Amino acid sequence: AAGMFLRLLSDVRWQAANPKWRRMTGSRRSTSSTAEPHPVALPEQAQVVICGGGIMGTSVAYHLSKMGWKDIVLLEQGRLAAGTTRFSAGIVSTARHMSVELKMADYSNKLYQQLEQETGVSTGYVKTGSISLAQTQDRLISLKRIASSLNVMGIPCEIITPKQVAQLHPLINIHDLVGAMYVPEDALVSPANVSLALATAASRNGVQIHERTSVSHVAVQNGRVTGVETDRGQIRCQYFVNCAGQWAYELGHSGKEPVNIPLHACEHFYLLTHPLKEPLASDLPTVVDPDGRIYIRNWQGGILSGGFEKNPKPLFTEGRNQLEIHNLQEDWDHFEPLLSALLRRMPDLEALQIMQLVNCPESFTPDMRCIMGESPTVRGYFVLAGMNSAGISYGGGAGKYLAEWMVNGYPSENVWPLDLKRFGALQSSRTFLRHRVMEVMPLMYDLKVPRWDFQTGRQLRTSPLYDRLDAQGARWMEKHGFERVKYFVPPGKDLLDLDQSKTFYKPDWFDIVGSEVKCCKEAVCVIDMSSFTKFEISSTGDQALESLQYLFSNDLDVPVGHVVHTGMLNEKGGYENDCSIARLSKRSFFMISPTDQQVHCWAWLKNRLPDDSNLTMEDVTWKYTALNLIGPRAVDVLSELSYAPITPDHFPSLFCKEMSVGYANGIRVMSITHTGEPGFMLYIPIEYALHVYNEVMNMGQKYGIRNAGYYALRSLRIEKFFAFWGQDLDAFTTPMECGREFQVKLEKGMEFIGQETLLEQKQNGVYKRFTMFILEDHDTDMDLWPWWGEPIFRNGRYVGKTTSSAYSYTLERHVCLGFVQHFDEKTGEELVVTTDFVNQGEYEIDIAGQRFQAKAKLYPFSSLFTHRRRKDEMELSGYQGE
Amino acid sequence: FYLTPPQVNSILKANEYSFKVPEFDGKNVSSVLGFDSNQLPANAPIEDRRSAATCLQTRGMLLGVFDGHAGCACAQAVSERLFYYIAVSLLPHETLLEIENAVESGRALLPILQWHKHPNDYFSKEASKLYFSSLRTYWQELIDLNSGETTDVKEALINAFKRLDNDISLEAQVGDPNSFLNYLVLRVAFSGATACVAHVDGVDLHVANTGDSRAMLGVQEEDGSWSAVNLSYDHNAQNEREVKRVKTEHPKSEEKSLVKQDRLLGLLMPFRAFGDVKFKWSIELQKRVIESGPDQLNANEYTKFIPPNYHTPPYLTAEPEVIHHKLRPQDKFLVLATDGLWETMHRQDVARIVGEYLTGVHHQQPIAVGGYKVTLGQMHGLLAERRARISSVFEDQNAATHLIRHAVGNNEFGTVDHERLSKMLSLPEELARMYRDDITIIVVQFNSHVIGACQNEE
Repeated sequence: AAGMFLRLLSDVRWQAANPKWRRMTGSRRSTSSTAEPHPVALPEQAQVVICGGGIMGTSVAYHLSKMGWKDIVLLEQGRLAAGTTRFSAGIVSTARHMSVELKMADYSNKLYQQLEQETGVSTGYVKTGSISLAQTQDRLISLKRIASSLNVMGIPCEIITPKQVAQLHPLINIHDLVGAMYVPEDALVSPANVSLALATAASRNGVQIHERTSVSHVAVQNGRVTGVETDRGQIRCQYFVNCAGQWAYELGHSGKEPVNIPLHACEHFYLLTHPLKEPLASDLPTVVDPDGRIYIRNWQGGILSGGFEKNPKPLFTEGRNQLEIHNLQEDWDHFEPLLSALLRRMPDLEALQIMQLVNCPESFTPDMRCIMGESPTVRGYFVLAGMNSAGISYGGGAGKYLAEWMVNGYPSENVWPLDLKRFGALQSSRTFLRHRVMEVMPLMYDLKVPRWDFQTGRQLRTSPLYDRLDAQGARWMEKHGFERVKYFVPPGKDLLDLDQSKTFYKPDWFDIVGSEVKCCKEAVCVIDMSSFTKFEISSTGDQALESLQYLFSNDLDVPVGHVVHTGMLNEKGGYENDCSIARLSKRSFFMISPTDQQVHCWAWLKNRLPDDSNLTMEDVTWKYTALNLIGPRAVDVLSELSYAPITPDHFPSLFCKEMSVGYANGIRVMSITHTGEPGFMLYIPIEYALHVYNEVMNMGQKYGIRNAGYYALRSLRIEKFFAFWGQDLDAFTTPMECGREFQVKLEKGMEFIGQETLLEQKQNGVYKRFTMFILEDHDTDMDLWPWWGEPIFRNGRYVGKTTSSAYSYTLERHVCLGFVQHFDEKTGEELVVTTDFVNQGEYEIDIAGQRFQAKAKLYPFSSLFTHRRRKDEMELSGYQGE
Repeated sequence: FYLTPPQVNSILKANEYSFKVPEFDGKNVSSVLGFDSNQLPANAPIEDRRSAATCLQTRGMLLGVFDGHAGCACAQAVSERLFYYIAVSLLPHETLLEIENAVESGRALLPILQWHKHPNDYFSKEASKLYFSSLRTYWQELIDLNSGETTDVKEALINAFKRLDNDISLEAQVGDPNSFLNYLVLRVAFSGATACVAHVDGVDLHVANTGDSRAMLGVQEEDGSWSAVNLSYDHNAQNEREVKRVKTEHPKSEEKSLVKQDRLLGLLMPFRAFGDVKFKWSIELQKRVIESGPDQLNANEYTKFIPPNYHTPPYLTAEPEVIHHKLRPQDKFLVLATDGLWETMHRQDVARIVGEYLTGVHHQQPIAVGGYKVTLGQMHGLLAERRARISSVFEDQNAATHLIRHAVGNNEFGTVDHERLSKMLSLPEELARMYRDDITIIVVQFNSHVIGACQNEE
């Protein structure tokens, strides 16, 4: 049956292939015996070896060869497009929540549309459009948010009524619908054929394709890829691309130098039927019914319908090698809820005859986002895998970005949300992955609400204070495996159940966080911020200073005891990282970065620091517990505990001192709080953590001390217009664009990375400006809350998107941060954004289709800084992370 | 009148209890994973009792079911007291001394048993002092006897059974100045109870049985199927050996009158039991105790009635038969149940139903469409039906409850018929006893890994 299925789903046209490739496929046809001779020998050497002949591998090969790289070998252990790709449902859908995913899908759609013409291989491309149904108002809000994003990107899309749904699709039961989203340009393809078309084009461009060749492991020397070992011999190469799909994890671990690719397979089921009496038109829109957890597309006059059930079945946890994915067992009992949902949505299908229930494993990742990029440990080792059931939608765009990454050093879009380096070894436990993907797969169709936290794979990394804080009512979120407090529920107060607390409106913790913010403003709060990434860099001579001066944009040659906020920029002046660096001594530096920078920043520095045994870098994240003492009374608490003068004269802002707190000595105290409020960060060797915490809490009592969480911190930093990396700042944002010129020392006497771009921007201006928006006519109690990714309109024209938002308890208004661009009204060309351009405009923020007036500001409110200490030096930093 | 499924469930689950042996460091050191127990009354009040406890001063776990007759007083007393007698019988000399010294000097006593009780399983507060002093006398005698030999479990079980029955008898003869207690000890002695008790320690399983409750081992065969192994002999007229035993203990002249209508002296179903002094004491003793006893006792026709052909008492004993079994990895569970279960279900069915429940295998063939013509609607109907069938299994979180559901609700095809179940459970009190007996079940689940490991060590 499986063989027949391949023919049905993919109308393979081998004759279109180039001669070199045809010889092999010819022999493939002749016999399936393993003794079959391989007509083409493997080359001894290639620039790039790609492992995996699915949609990802062929797309990378296609794009690399288009960009001019010709010396490429693609290896496939079975046959091309024989894995997950072959069984994919073939839906190309642009309805995505994340901007980069949306762009990938849009590019894929456009690529596939012209692929048949380009290659002569039939791809089965049909523009059908898609309808996403909403059974609830919340679902409709979620769809409206996507619609807003699609519209500003120029992708046609509209919110339609149930009646209009009935007009678009004759079979849909609309009685339980409140609305829907229609995306007319979404399409269907034959996935295997798209893959074969990409392979054909790549092959014509010189890419060598070898089927029935398995990679056993990748050879690495001095942290670089040197070649691959296959069952047919060795190939030397500079670049290796792991596109092995659900086997990518195993392949990553097969070498001596493991590459962690955290993904795990789950079974995925869909149903194929015989044609209807009156066969369905091939351009009938695809239907997605997320509340019913199903999708339905037309297929050969009948339907193809699958879904993402609540109780997924993970598989291959122990890893299992097999050449091709054979059709796994049909499990009708497991499919029953989805079948019920299908018949509820389309009752007329009752009499339709079943052809097959297909079971095809798909790979899922810990955060439902795909994995791309270069390994942090092995240079030249690239990965593209973990598509979370959207491989066809992303295939074109993801392949393009990875190819750009390899050829240019960085893709043309900010892909940090997809970067392999957002993960480390800590996400690579098989147990973790198994548990997490069981949560991720149902999430595909769950409602995506703001501030959502994963429930599985938790309590992995914790502060030594975890139990103490938990006992005091802490509610937790997780970042990079680390548990962090969101807020503290006061005793006797109960919040809603997890499910009920999901809302696009004012959340149930509103007043709780409000009182924490108030305490930060008026008294003093403690926030455990131990999750921050901490490195120590030191040397015997001046090597540390010299290297860091080159790697960071601010001047680090400051007196010992000073703290410097600085960007770690790339060649284009964009933020690779945003950190605070304390000069501990002439020759050693203490560097604090966002939590999820642990892998990325380490790799970035490792690759750029000189190979000098007198220069050492150590990850000391686990050695310190970090307490943030925020508020005007922080100084009183600290001075009582240390018997040291902490007045601004002795301890000015942006200072770092080792001192004693209580009985504990050697506590690293810095006069920064990451919020703009007065206070201190205490870096405490972990064995003292409990002691110092207890002392602070006891001493703080008379000053009204209380615990606070990250939600309070976020509200504080956003109302102070502090950007943070990973949310507001990314590799495509320079300090000039976000008002941080003062953190750059262009004339520090030596060259640093990104300097040229910054100089150029200083002269010619910038093309986007980080701006703060205060919502004017927004009712906090009644209106939808902003989140991030909301389109910004200036004088009615789209100028950019928000990157983060929070309610400011001081302003009693919502504050959104985002970037303003200037597009030429006629040509759409990007123009320089001037201060006048930003200031002279009427702004609106679009929240799920509803526009709210907003006031734009390029500089923070000075009146908010009521408790500012000492001189007007602004402490600016922002990497609280969310 | 018809009970809805939730109503049926609330009746069935009212007395269910589960205990899981806690795991230490992820390594379960006990050969017992835990147990499920439940009881369904037919008498009002129920005359069955159950007990479970972990021995704290020696190793092992004790579990027992007790079926009372002529009232529940004896079953209640046995369920409270027997495990203490067993535990004390198992204690080494030094521990006994330690305990005695503690009592003597008024220090805190070492705990002997950790009970695992359902809230409805009560202990009588009023009698605790009396029971304790009898128990203390027992261990004082054990200390004096100090044989110096290690305690044999089988012997300990037999001694404990006999001693407790003896104490019940003595307490009734001596009486108590407190009139409430006096009446209580008499009711205990004049009513009766059978007992089926298991002691599990590592791979050593001992079952001591007195009467017609039964212990059954569930064994999983290599092909995955389930079979039953009896670990007790019923002491009733169906057991030829037992009939023979009774006959040899009395003169030939009584042979005809000893067992009539399958009952002892034509009256009593079980051939061994606790209490039941009417079958143990001499006629003179019975008369004397009843006359000097409280009025309520005198007014009771049953107690005053002397069995016919009563010539050479005692006719009844509480001495148990003990079976020792070495647990093997294929021994998955033990079912202890009063005759209420065994009257309605064959042991083979019990083994299968519990086995499949515990392993979660419901032998439902997966569906394959293959080449057949099936429509979506047909498939949908088929799947809904299958789900309904499975959900009856998932309704129960307790193996004993699941077994009771089958025992009461099974139709001729061996599947639970909700209508029948509903009828049986809604019978009025006075009718219930005619259609079913009290049912008490304990299902003990074994840890095959631990048992396998113990075997390898030996």
